[in-house]
Amino acid sequence: MANAGDILLRVEHLTMRFGGLVAVDDLSFEARQGNITALIGPNGAGKTTVFNCITGFYKPTEGRLGLRHGGPGVWEVLETLTDSGRRSMRHADGALYLLERMPDFLVTQQARVARTFQNIRLFPGMTVLENLMVAQHNRLMLASGYTLLGVFGVPSYAAAERAAIEQARVWIERVGLTARADDPAGDLPYGAQRRLEIARAMCTDPVLLCLDEPAAGLNPRESAELNELLLTIRNDYGMSILLIEHDMSVVMEISDHVIVLDYGVKIADGKPDEVRNDDKVIAAYLGVADDEVAEVEAEVGL
Amino acid sequence: MAPEPLNAVKSRGADLTRALRDAVLTGLLAFVLFLPLIGFQTVTNMRGDLVLNTRWGLLFSIVAVIAGARLAYAVLLAPWLSQRKLRPVAVAPSPWRDFAGKWIIPFAIGFAIVYPFVVVGTVGFGGAVKWIDNFGIQVLIYVMLGWGLNIVVGLAGLLDLGYVAFYAVGAYSYALLAKEFGLSFWILLPLAGILSSFWGILLGFPVLRLRGDYLAIVTLAFGEIIRLVLINWVDLTNGYAGLSGIPRPTFFGIPFNANDDGFAARFGLEFTPVYRTIFLYYLILALAFLTAFVTVRLRRLPVGRAWEALREDEIACRSLGINTTNTKLTAFATGAMFAGFAGSFFAARQGFISPDSFTFLESASIVAIVVLGGMGSQVGVAVAALAMVGGTELMRDLDFLKAIFGPTFDPTQYRMLLFGFAMVLIMVWRPRGLISTREPTVYLKERKTISADLVGQGHG
Repeated sequence: MANAGDILLRVEHLTMRFGGLVAVDDLSFEARQGNITALIGPNGAGKTTVFNCITGFYKPTEGRLGLRHGGPGVWEVLETLTDSGRRSMRHADGALYLLERMPDFLVTQQARVARTFQNIRLFPGMTVLENLMVAQHNRLMLASGYTLLGVFGVPSYAAAERAAIEQARVWIERVGLTARADDPAGDLPYGAQRRLEIARAMCTDPVLLCLDEPAAGLNPRESAELNELLLTIRNDYGMSILLIEHDMSVVMEISDHVIVLDYGVKIADGKPDEVRNDDKVIAAYLGVADDEVAEVEAEVGL
Repeated sequence: MAPEPLNAVKSRGADLTRALRDAVLTGLLAFVLFLPLIGFQTVTNMRGDLVLNTRWGLLFSIVAVIAGARLAYAVLLAPWLSQRKLRPVAVAPSPWRDFAGKWIIPFAIGFAIVYPFVVVGTVGFGGAVKWIDNFGIQVLIYVMLGWGLNIVVGLAGLLDLGYVAFYAVGAYSYALLAKEFGLSFWILLPLAGILSSFWGILLGFPVLRLRGDYLAIVTLAFGEIIRLVLINWVDLTNGYAGLSGIPRPTFFGIPFNANDDGFAARFGLEFTPVYRTIFLYYLILALAFLTAFVTVRLRRLPVGRAWEALREDEIACRSLGINTTNTKLTAFATGAMFAGFAGSFFAARQGFISPDSFTFLESASIVAIVVLGGMGSQVGVAVAALAMVGGTELMRDLDFLKAIFGPTFDPTQYRMLLFGFAMVLIMVWRPRGLISTREPTVYLKERKTISADLVGQGHG
């Protein structure tokens, strides 16, 4: 089993309350470098809330969300950083970020966490290529001298733009949209839009990719293609992926680690096989009390 | 021609009966509606009594016109429209369209450049001031304002109803600084732009969290605040009376006057005020081109793409690490800067400014130009400015209508009515503006125009 050094994202005692409703209650888990970590659970279990906390769209009520860049040594400064009140801290090995202290755009810009959305959020009136160019905004902004140099058309910006187009082209090819690169994103079929959104998130050059139900609304063939794409991203880029998913074929086939939430509480945490046979998980999914599980299982023929 | 099948003849007969019944019903409805409105008229006679007059002739002629129009629509127009609907939707672009698309912009630019000479050539020096100043310069000011606002409304999707405030800031900056410190137009032009964009950022900060209607209301209020300050800060702005005697721009130091060191004398020409007008025309033309050029450039830079992405989906922008606060502020500031340039030009051209020039109606017409032209489209905005501003100027000369409606008819009163009617027609015909499609900023293989259905309109 992996040691603590592999940990990329450390979620500790995350709690999110909306008024009286406790959407996420004292949740702790870890996502490891180069792993696909799946977050599953019945509807309303608080999965998307966890995502919104990690990506800065919500400010958690309580809890600490640490993310590491570089070597495992950076975890040493976790307590120092927490006490300092700052957002991030450099270390000889890399840097450490506390995501709960950062606004949403900085989580992507500095901590390099990219995300997709449950209901696809592309820029429908912009072409596939433009969508991927917008994703490289911060790099290009720097290259264009915060617009001032770019207006005068300096050659260094032109080179940076060519490089950005090249990276976009590689991703367009990877998600199989080369033939439609100059079509508006809103015109693509649903499955292609899902893939494009993943490609767009990858174009921000992340260290952690958060996918909110990437297989929702896909047919079995598209779902299989998605599995392949995610495995490629993990294997070829060493990308760490955090995944919310309902489609069990996706979860069980590609995840390295599964965390199960129910009513905002973690009820299981382990390898896919372990989780699959966990009584509590079965109960949560079938909606019965723990002691009746055997009965229900017998009924449905498990 | 082959004989028509029987059922076609039958259905045509049925159509005619239905059309007739429709026309009679419409006529009846019009009769009921207009009987009290037009059929009866109350008049006070010489003794001060109220007398009821009837106007049967007028009433029935109106009813007849309405019923006839309805019949004509049902018999002639409706079948034609339904025929048109059956035609294939995707028509291959005709060669004429390709040709027009390629040459219309160079032609328009060329025409704008030679326009003053065409005018002087046709109407001579005497009538040229009217055509160059009232028509040419006036249209170009609005083209420039439309292009400036297009950055905020068309690209970034932020509805700004107080744009004229920045125009006012530019105009008053030039007027006050030129009068008090005697600085030249060429120094004050960029300064007015900077001051305006500073006010743009100042407005931007409080309204960043607002979207849609709320944003529109706050920007509207901002426009009014600026105007009210201009009215009430009498010490500085001279209130309602406005500022007069604003220094005119010089031809790089050479004034346009009848003196020996004036423009005409220096170049050995006979003095006429037209030279100044022509110079001002080229000045605003250059400023408008600058606006267009910068906008075209910005659209292809990351900041321009971020504006458009912001219009499409703000949350997705944030998820890609784009600082939406700064992006909105740059849109406000850039738009305001061009309004500031236009404002200082306006002050220099008029020589007199007062708060009356910066009312909400001005903001509304600039927004109308942008919406009518098609949000985000430079060509569309230019055409809309030409139609709206140039059109209303042309409609001042509606004297030929006197021949139709009799000598007591005052055509100037109907100018705005005709104008409103034209606007309604355009909005019915093209609800997303004259040019509603979007051109991609970058492409791999070919540049394909994006249909308006997909392009977002922004949330505020």
